This record gives sequence, structure tokens and C-alpha cells, in this order.
Amino acid sequence: MQEGFSYMAGVELPGVIVSVGRGGPGLGTIQPGQADYEQAVYGGGNGDYRVIVLAPNSVQEMCDCMGKAKELTFKWRMPVIVLSDGMIGQMMEKVVLPPFTPRRTDEEIAKQCPWATNGIGLKNRQYNFISTLELDAKEMEARNKRMTAKYNQVEAEEVDFELYNVDSETEYLIVAYGISSRVSMKTLEMLRESGVKVGMLRPKTLWPFPNKKINELAGQVKGILCVEQCEGQMVKDVRLATEGQAPVYLSGRSGGMVSSPQDVLEDFQKMASECATKSCPKGYWMK
Amino acid sequence: MITKEELIIPENKVYGKPSLMNDTPMHYCPGCSHSVVHKLVAEIIEEMGLEENTVGICPVGCAVFAYRYLNVDWIEAAHGRAPACATAVKRLWPNKLVFTYQGDGDLACIGTGETIHAMNRGENIAIIFINNAIYGMTGGQMAPTTLMGMKTSTCPYGRQADLHGYPLHITDLAVNLEGTCYVTRQAVNTVANIRKTKKAIRQAFENSMNKKGCSIVEVVSTCASGWKQTPEQANQWMVDNMFPYYPLGDLKNTVTE
Amino acid sequence: MAKMRGAIVVDIERCKGCNLCAIACPLNLVTLSATVNHKGYNYAEQTDWEKCNGCTSCAIVCPDGCITVYRKKEE
Repeated sequence: MQEGFSYMAGVELPGVIVSVGRGGPGLGTIQPGQADYEQAVYGGGNGDYRVIVLAPNSVQEMCDCMGKAKELTFKWRMPVIVLSDGMIGQMMEKVVLPPFTPRRTDEEIAKQCPWATNGIGLKNRQYNFISTLELDAKEMEARNKRMTAKYNQVEAEEVDFELYNVDSETEYLIVAYGISSRVSMKTLEMLRESGVKVGMLRPKTLWPFPNKKINELAGQVKGILCVEQCEGQMVKDVRLATEGQAPVYLSGRSGGMVSSPQDVLEDFQKMASECATKSCPKGYWMK
Repeated sequence: MITKEELIIPENKVYGKPSLMNDTPMHYCPGCSHSVVHKLVAEIIEEMGLEENTVGICPVGCAVFAYRYLNVDWIEAAHGRAPACATAVKRLWPNKLVFTYQGDGDLACIGTGETIHAMNRGENIAIIFINNAIYGMTGGQMAPTTLMGMKTSTCPYGRQADLHGYPLHITDLAVNLEGTCYVTRQAVNTVANIRKTKKAIRQAFENSMNKKGCSIVEVVSTCASGWKQTPEQANQWMVDNMFPYYPLGDLKNTVTE
Repeated sequence: MAKMRGAIVVDIERCKGCNLCAIACPLNLVTLSATVNHKGYNYAEQTDWEKCNGCTSCAIVCPDGCITVYRKKEE
């Protein structure tokens, strides 16, 4: 599977993959998990490449994601993974379906995807070929550089996230996606009722990651709680993004277990008690 | 006239659950062919005295928990990869009985590559292939072995050649591979068939111990839940529909005594 | 004349009421009970044990190995 992503990225082939995570590793459990973050964002296929990763947190968003994924994958000609989890993937909620879009005509395809190998218009153009092989290392490096430039552009334009109760007074931040964000929304409610100035940042794209916004907020808040249902994968990216300005704590279950709002609340309170003064002790997470 | 109390004493016992099969209640549906074959495997290993010399490789599918029910050492392989796992075990422990126990979604779909190549290499393993023409554990989806016209959750109007291709006769492919020494198709729906299946599996196990090559015993089976029938209806449906397409009998036996 | 006398003992908690034993019995001596076990299955039971000849057909087809068969030649 990962080999396939590497190949698709290598020839800039559009494609959407839906990945619904559960507890692992190995055959694992059948309950929800978010332990496939690293696999999705950093990829397991060989070579230098990136994929766009979208993170829906409701059934409606999963539905809307598909249209967005299709748009992004054809715009940037790179694979898009819709990363969901066993809870979001299996829950039942009301959905408004988008209008049906018919398949593109041959002319539209020829115009929008001139690189495609379908023979259309061959008499009037150079032939196309799709191949990931490159025997000349200099050429391969040039290809990689072109892709890196493209990825930089994607990072500049396609970051997406949602903020909940974040303003200039916010003292603590929760970062969570997917089912963790749904659980954390309740914790947020519970905390705000007792007057805690806490907000949440929900990444909607895991790659490109909302580094800039997290960096900005890290300068303001006393502590960040990263909530994810695994042993700590997105937390590393959050820490990188803060550039050491605020401590980032991890909260979450793994192996198929899902945090309750109470679980997140307790971890938040532990974090808040250690971060009462705004200072980020070196090596705080290397216990 | 003998009384019931006089009759039911250990000296008069002629048949019981093999002791290699433990008391853990099996999760299989009522009437499932899996349970019968598990029982036969337990009886055979006991009769051959190989409890301490056996490694079983269990699949992904309904039999994913086979390791809970028979008191031998087991390895849980990834979906379809049991023959690859068995290859490693048998080559590292050539004097052990090594067998795989797989369903049709496991062996004949995702595991086709592993199956064909283990058989072609003539690995000295016994492959027990439970063929009920459906993906049972995940709710009754179409498998490569699903019959033409058969309705499943992913071919609700029945399997059609132009959309879904044809049922895969993987055991027939096995016959033409030089590495296979014993290829047979059996069933466990009647007492007579159960006895034949037991003989077949015993032969396969002996071939593994005597390093005669690869044996594959296909057990044409029912899936009452997947087929949405009672166990007795499923047995009858199997006789009427499965047997004509997957006929019983020995397809190949090159083992000379 | 010598006669084979048989009787079966069913592990009623292990039984799943699949009914295959009843179908296999050549003398129709096995039926599903009207009572259920702890799992809610109507377990198998033998009626008229005096007629049983201990052929073990029921036990052989039983998927879960619930049936133990006893047999003795009565002179």
C-alpha cells in the first residue's frame, strides 16, 4: 500500500485514499485509534515525498472531505489521504449529501489533465508516459527539487484548521483532531464553566500542518495539551511547531481505547498545575 | 437389562471430545463446519502423539481464534500469509508437524501468491483450506470462490461473469504444481464425509512429517450465517450447489507407501 | 441375542442447538429440548435412550464436541 503512495507521488498521479484507524499494531483491535498519524503524514513508502492528509471529525465532514480531496488531488497532482478513525468512520449522524457531479467529458479531461495516458488527442501532441523510473540521478534530484517546491507551495496555501474559543486572553490550548476533537469539545465546555481560559485548535489538514498558527499561539499560552488516541505521534509535530515556547503535554488512550471528556480534563488539570507560571522548562517531557 | 448408571461409566466410553480440544467455548456459529474440522485436527494430533511436535498457523477470518481451542503452539499470521509463515517454521524445525488452517478469503484471495508459491516450492506443510465461498467473519461478502449467481452482501443481485469474473478453482491449480504431493477435496456434512475428511487430514499430516511435499485438503464447508440459512439448510444448499462446482474426492496423490 | 446398548451425555452448556445431531441420528432419538441453556440455546437431548445403539453418529457430526457416547454389548 505504502509502495503505491510512493509511486503515485513520484509521478504526480492524483488519487484519494480513505484510511480509518484502529488500535494496533499488527492485526490489532477493531476499536478506534489514531495511531496511523505517522504512517499517513510521513509515509512508509520509499523516497522523498509528501501526501496531503485531511482529518474530518464528523460524518458530514467525512462526506464533504471527499469533494475537497478530489479538488486538492487534481489541483496539486499528489495523493490525498482522508485520515479518519474507527469512531468517526462508524458513527451515524445526519448528512446533507452534495449534488451529484457527472464524470468529466473526454474534452474536459484532455484540457484539465493533459498528462493523462488515455490516447485522447495523441495525433496533436507528444505522447505521455507515466513512469517512476529514472536512471539519471541528476534528473531524479531535479524531479525531487521540483516536488519540494510544489510541497512548499501546498504548505503556504492549503493549511486548514478550526479554532474554538481562542482569543488574545487564551491561557491554555488543546490541539486535537478526529474523535479526540469531539471528546475535547466537551472537556472545553467543562473547563470554561469553571472559568479556565482555554481554547482548542483542531487541525483539518495534518499535512500541511498548522505550524504557523501553533507557533503564534505558543507564544501566548502557558501550556498546550495534545489529545490523540495513540502513544504520541502528532504531539511531536506540535512540539516542533512551538519552537520551545510552551510545554506540550500528551493526553489520550491507545490500542482501541478512546478518552472520555473526564480523562482529558484530568490530564489538562495535571498540565495546568505544572505550567502555572509562563515558562517552558528545558526537557520537561524527557522524564 | 442394563441400567443407564451401569452403562455410563468410563470403561464404556467410545467417543468424546478430544482432550487436545480444551473447554473454551468456541465462538463459531451453531453448526459451523469450522468447529467440526477443529475437532478432527485435535483427534488426529492426539492419535499421532504429536502434541509437543506441532506448530499450527491460524488465519484471519472466523478461525482467527483457532489458537484458543486446541492445546498446541500456534502462530497468528497476517491475512493470507499463513503459508509464508509455515514455510519459515517448517524450514527451521523440519521435524515438526506444521500445518496452516485457512479460509477461502484468506487462502484464495489476499493469500493467493503465498499459497501458490508455498505449494510450488513443495514446502513440507499441510494446508487445511476451509472453503465456504464467502467472507464469513466480516459479514458475508463475495470472495473469489463465490459461486455464479450466488448472492452476497457485495453482489446482492448474484455473482455475474461480466462484473465479477468466475469462481476460482484454486485446488485445481494446485494439482498442476509439481511441489504438491496430495490434493483433495472433502466435506464434513455427514458422518461418512467426516470420516473421509479425517483420513485426508491425517494423510496430509503424515506427508508433512515424512517430508513428502505440500498437501492441501480443501474442506467444502457451510457458512450458515453468511448464507443466511439454518445449519441443516446450509448443508443441503452445499450439496445442491457447492458440490457440483467443487466436487469431492482426491485430485492428486503421488505419495507412494 | 447380543445387543449393542448405547447412551449419550450432552454437555448442555456447550451445546448451541444447531440440530445437526438430531438429523444425523439414524434412529431419531435426539431432539432439541424445550428448555434453554445459559446462552439461550435449546440444547440437544436424547429421548428413549433404551433404543440407542451407540453408533456415535450424533457425536461425530456435533461441531462443538458436546456429546460423549457410551456403548456396551449386552449378552
